[in-house]
Amino acid sequence: MTAVTTTAPRQMSVTTSISDRAWGSEPPRLGLRAYITCFKGIVWREVLRYLHQRERFMSALVRPLIWLFIFAAGFRQTLGVSIIPPYETYVLYEVYVVPGLLGMILLFNAMQSSLSMVYDRETGAMRTLLVSPFPRSFLLVSKLIGGVAVAAIQAYVFLAIFYFWEAELSGWGYPLLLAPPALLVGLIMFNSATEKLSERFMQDALIVAAVVELAVIAWVIYDWQLSPPSMNYIAVAPALVISGLMLGSLALFMSSVIKQLENFAGVMNFVIFPMFFASSALYPLWRVKESSLLLYQLCLINPFTHAVELIRFALYGQVDWLSLGIVLACTAVFLGAAIFAYNPSKGLIARRGGPGSGA
Amino acid sequence: MDMASETHPSDVGAPALVVNNVSHSFGENLALNDVSLEIPRGRFVVLLGLNGAGKSTLFALITRLYDNVTGEIRIFGHDVRRRAMAALQRLGVVFQSRTLDLDLTLRQNLLYHCALHGIRGREARRRTERALQIVGLADRAREKVRNLSGGQARRVEIARSLLHQPSLLLLDEPTVGLDIGSRESVINIVRSLVEKEGLGVLWATHLFDEVLPTDLVVLLHKGRVLFNGSVPDLLAKTATQSVSDAFRKLTNTDTTERAA
Repeated sequence: MTAVTTTAPRQMSVTTSISDRAWGSEPPRLGLRAYITCFKGIVWREVLRYLHQRERFMSALVRPLIWLFIFAAGFRQTLGVSIIPPYETYVLYEVYVVPGLLGMILLFNAMQSSLSMVYDRETGAMRTLLVSPFPRSFLLVSKLIGGVAVAAIQAYVFLAIFYFWEAELSGWGYPLLLAPPALLVGLIMFNSATEKLSERFMQDALIVAAVVELAVIAWVIYDWQLSPPSMNYIAVAPALVISGLMLGSLALFMSSVIKQLENFAGVMNFVIFPMFFASSALYPLWRVKESSLLLYQLCLINPFTHAVELIRFALYGQVDWLSLGIVLACTAVFLGAAIFAYNPSKGLIARRGGPGSGA
Repeated sequence: MDMASETHPSDVGAPALVVNNVSHSFGENLALNDVSLEIPRGRFVVLLGLNGAGKSTLFALITRLYDNVTGEIRIFGHDVRRRAMAALQRLGVVFQSRTLDLDLTLRQNLLYHCALHGIRGREARRRTERALQIVGLADRAREKVRNLSGGQARRVEIARSLLHQPSLLLLDEPTVGLDIGSRESVINIVRSLVEKEGLGVLWATHLFDEVLPTDLVVLLHKGRVLFNGSVPDLLAKTATQSVSDAFRKLTNTDTTERAA
């Protein structure tokens, strides 16, 4: 306590000026550059937060990998997938399920960021975002894009893992690829046990590990003479972004409706699972139609189905126009609802009652 | 729109904050009942009220979490509904709940808030450093917020609210849960800003001993403003010796649980 009291007042007298402008002078005009600064700041914070929550970093990657390695491997013999567009040949089940798992990454990320927004609102971090002088819709969309950026990082790491898994490397291939992440995980575990390493050091370690990993990847591709990926990794980027925006705006809307953090278990049961299972993520729709027409129709009206199909076609360099249209329309509707819900005069926050709805 | 704000006539000499005839209800529950108050430029105004008096609702309206349906709220002459950008640029807020990212460093937290006000690059770094100097935490810029004590975290939140050089500062129960030492340092920091830089401050609290004789007082009780004026006027009007006695007399409540 004494330490606290002695430092503050003494240093305080040194200076009270924040910038070269005098206190009380006119605030500057917020032009285009200020908007860009604000946008970058919000997106960067989302990414930073993701990188700092290392458990979240790990679990977000482990989840789709478990599905790929265990579920898909088990289903490989049970479920044959015939030749349907966009596939031109017979594909293995684990190839079929990749777009669905990419969709899963987007879905879980969107719901997780909605959870963090409910949490933010309860702690007040959402309120500090909303007292920024920029228009509220701009702030919300920026936050949304930050969440999509985080999901896209995971999606590409997942695609890279899938690529090397398919390549069936011989010899030192896998140990080489796994060495940098394994060292990083070891470092993180060591640090969380001892707290000896500085934050700065951990950040640098993360960057070094990422650079080394990229070098190893390049080396392995060169030395093992791997063929280029069978999937179009560039064309999938816009599909991931559009689908991510749709799921993110749905989550953003839900974050304004959910009253308390505890309700999130309900979101899991009533939103994530039905959306994921009643879709084309795990099984082709003609198969579903064979067993239940009602389920088939449910799958068809599920926007998540169309997000998955959009990603599936994009992975082979094609555009599924119907899915694209539906995903874009759903994005517009969900985003409109979210902005409405956060609108100070019409919104749901005002009606629900209680200041900050956390206090 | 922005050009107009710079030459807006109401900005010249307008009080830091004007709240006029604002009522607000949540369903049946009337949280604010015809509230009016004014903060002159460069004054320290204490908003006194018990828990549930409507302080946080008033703050939510001023910071535009939701809109005032009746009456008007002006910050340096700018209506918070119609000219939100101009109003929010002049306003700094310290919320009651903790709003810092625990996993990020002090510096990262403050740089994020610079970005929220469109301040970037070298200027943002310089402001971050100076704001931390003002609250006496410059040497801990690279530490995670998680490692700070409650009082230190509060000071960081004050530093953050200063980054865009607001002319009006709102603080919602900033000393709740702090020990005596940290409380004093938080109060001293804000008071010296009022003195040196002419900030207008609205300081919400239920702790009567935070009021100085030179402050202005707004007494809020069950959504109504019971008194609005200087401390000597309050004591004279109620014929009492202390602010807590005056409060008790005006509200007919037993405040022993919080009496200072």
